Amino acid sequence: MKQFLSFVRKEFLHVLRDRKTLFILFGMPVVQILIFGFALTNEVKNSTIVVVDNAKDLSSQAIITRIEASRYFQIEKNLVGSKELEAAFRTGEIKMAIVFPAGFAESLQHQNTAQIQVIADASDPNTATTLTNYVSSIIRDYQTEMNVTNQLPYRIQPELRMLYNPQLKGAPNFVPGVMSLVLMLVCVMMTAISIVKEKENGTMEILLVSPFKPIMVVLAKALPYLLLSIINVITILLLSVFVLDLPIVGSILLLFGESILFIITCLTLGIFISVKTDSQQTAMLISLVGMLLPTLLFSGFLFPIENMPLPLQVFSNIVPAKWYYLMVKSIMIKGLGFSYIWKETLILVGITLFLLLISLKSFKIRLA
Amino acid sequence: MEQVIVCNGLTKRFGDFTAVDSITFEVNKGEIFGFLGANGAGKTTAMRMLCGLSTPSSGKATIAGFDVYKQTEQIKKNIGYMSQKFSLYDDLTVQENITFFAGIYGISDAEIKKNGDDLLLRLGMQDQAKKMVSSLPLGWKQKLAFSTAVIHKPKIVFLDEPTGGVDPVTRRQFWELIYEAADNGITIFVTTHYMDEAEYCKRVSIMVDGKVAALDTPSNLKEQFGANTMDEVFYHLAREAKRGE
Amino acid sequence: MHSVIVSHLTKIYGKEKKVAVDDVSFSVDKGEIFGLIGADGAGKTTIFRVLTTLLLPDGGSASVGGLDVVKDFEQIRQTIGYMPGKFSLYQDLTVEENLSFFATLFGTTVAENYELIKDIYVQIAPFKNRRAGKLSGGMKQKLALCCALIHKPNVLFLDEPTTGVDPVSRKEFWEMLKRLKEQDITILLSTTYMDEANLCDRIALIQEGKILSIDTPANIIKSYPDVLFAVKATNMHQLLQQLLRYPERLSSYAFGEFAHFSFKGTPDTDGLVTYLEQHGLKEVMVKTADITIEDSFIKLLG
Repeated sequence: MKQFLSFVRKEFLHVLRDRKTLFILFGMPVVQILIFGFALTNEVKNSTIVVVDNAKDLSSQAIITRIEASRYFQIEKNLVGSKELEAAFRTGEIKMAIVFPAGFAESLQHQNTAQIQVIADASDPNTATTLTNYVSSIIRDYQTEMNVTNQLPYRIQPELRMLYNPQLKGAPNFVPGVMSLVLMLVCVMMTAISIVKEKENGTMEILLVSPFKPIMVVLAKALPYLLLSIINVITILLLSVFVLDLPIVGSILLLFGESILFIITCLTLGIFISVKTDSQQTAMLISLVGMLLPTLLFSGFLFPIENMPLPLQVFSNIVPAKWYYLMVKSIMIKGLGFSYIWKETLILVGITLFLLLISLKSFKIRLA
Repeated sequence: MEQVIVCNGLTKRFGDFTAVDSITFEVNKGEIFGFLGANGAGKTTAMRMLCGLSTPSSGKATIAGFDVYKQTEQIKKNIGYMSQKFSLYDDLTVQENITFFAGIYGISDAEIKKNGDDLLLRLGMQDQAKKMVSSLPLGWKQKLAFSTAVIHKPKIVFLDEPTGGVDPVTRRQFWELIYEAADNGITIFVTTHYMDEAEYCKRVSIMVDGKVAALDTPSNLKEQFGANTMDEVFYHLAREAKRGE
Repeated sequence: MHSVIVSHLTKIYGKEKKVAVDDVSFSVDKGEIFGLIGADGAGKTTIFRVLTTLLLPDGGSASVGGLDVVKDFEQIRQTIGYMPGKFSLYQDLTVEENLSFFATLFGTTVAENYELIKDIYVQIAPFKNRRAGKLSGGMKQKLALCCALIHKPNVLFLDEPTTGVDPVSRKEFWEMLKRLKEQDITILLSTTYMDEANLCDRIALIQEGKILSIDTPANIIKSYPDVLFAVKATNMHQLLQQLLRYPERLSSYAFGEFAHFSFKGTPDTDGLVTYLEQHGLKEVMVKTADITIEDSFIKLLG
């Protein structure tokens, strides 16, 4: 045990002394989160929208005036008819349309409730969400004002319709995406490289010749990266909660547990690569091309898997990041509990065990 | 006699550390000049300045008549370089290596062909032309490396521990090539840890702590230090070294 | 008592079936310094790797301290010290960190066996906080030796410990080895420097995976078959070329400030001097040469 601890200590020294790499490892998640984050929270100003006022009454006019007054919108022209509207959306001329039904004020007065249809171009989900949020809040403001002057409470219901991308895919989903990407990079690549480095240096020879169990060498090398990755997970979560205002809906404990599971999966992957290669260059290439690329392509983070051809969909199942991504999304955004993600957890455990088994089997206790 | 290397008070400092401390010497055309010193004495730094790879902190030096401060490009055209660590590409064939090294010195294709064929003939390696360098024995590699280092007929060739790890017979064959090149007027500037090879040099300088501690013919040096071998001379000088680095 | 026994060891590499070690047999006694002398690529490193249980032999067998290198590799790994070809240290760790790491790796502490490395360690102690990557060749070599010794091994394997190290550091290194020998540690080392052969108790001259000769340095020199002369003249290159053309020449080659020369038949030194002077050489001098291991090796290489 003492040997093991001394080994771990040495590994930490290696990691801490390589300042440049350390900087990249800790800086990368921060930068990624901020880049994605600002793309998301960027204010949307002067977006062209269309107001179709079929009511032309006091209430509808009041709301339109408020929308006009807002610096976020530029009301283009009063299109009538759904065909023209569709065409305008398709060419990208307009980002949003607000449709007042006929008899808007009447409905509000007699039934104390009325509806406004808000249609947004959700192919750019960030803008769509922002715009609809603005409109909703303007309508809410108006409603509150009205309720102060009138005795009976009015309710205006904005009916939101997202065109092209109804589930707003990609919106708050980048946090889980960045998490799987960063963990993949740190665990797989760094672990693989640090083990292969010993081979290149010739120090592996001495380690093998020592009575220290070869497999312990590998475990000790993986440990610092486990810790480093946990720090990265914490950083990303803190950033997303406090900087991006993206709350963690589900259990933080569960999220952490699943993250550690995924880290271990990545570490075994890194070990597997290191067992099979002899040069740092090869280890790096395999990690980048063989691991990082599939993570980007097949985790569902950037491209929806459902739209891929069947063979690729099947292939995506062996990409560990896909399962992690699904789980993080379920916990963080949908707030689901373990009972909903036990299947994904099991698959990830399976992949990890499989990788560990073949790594151990092919680990060489000699040089050749 | 024509002097191809003239060094006067050449100095290189890295911060507080003076790696090369005001060295002064000349090397004549066609001379085999041994450049000895303990690990860390400053040999490599000095050699880098002479090859135009590193700008001196102070002092003067000309290589083949060119200034080490301003005319490094001309220097590079007029020198050859071979080191034990890197000399040839293992994953290229013998022929490809020759063509490449001749090519980077701007030799015409026709001349590359002729010089290359000559070289292979002299080394008796015609049958190996298409073989990967990695498959050659070390001794052959070194002979080939030396021959490619002088393929552009440089005025001076710098050899950095060229014979490390070779068997005694191959080592002597290598020195045969060095003698031949020197007879053809190429100046040889060589570092080595084999003290018997120091005896093969016309003159030898021994660096200690960044300074040239001794410089003369091997026989004069032995006389001067009352030693029987160059090994003893070297030991006498180098054990005085203060620099623990 | 034999500490290392190698019997008909053969190792073949790769698809090309390159024979790296070809039916090699030798044994090393306890407390002996045994040298494998040969050029790079002669098979020295392969023999070391088989003995340190890093490679499996393709033929023959070997044992270290009575333990079989294939079956008992785990026990062997507890009792040997190994210094691979490149001084394998962690460049980004300090001298002290390297040493204490290797000590714990072998389940011991620096303090426990400090006596053994004291003489060597005091020389590098002033730099104990310097990173290994910033040490000179000689210092690295000493640190690597300390690391290989720190668990007090019975057998020490040193693969080219003096390559790339200057003559002064090499001398110091050999003095350390002699002190280790007094502690009854068996030392197996390899080198490309012929002058180091004389410092070994016994040596094996090795070329292309085969052992050419194996004996004490004195015996190897004694068995040199020819009478060897040392010839000197003002111009070495010319001298060598003329010697090559001398009709009675059996062999001739440069040897330091001299050329070594042997005759085919009965030596006729006066005739040789006359011949050389006739061919334009000045200050010709001929004397009987002291035969060295290098001469023997050159003879064996043909």
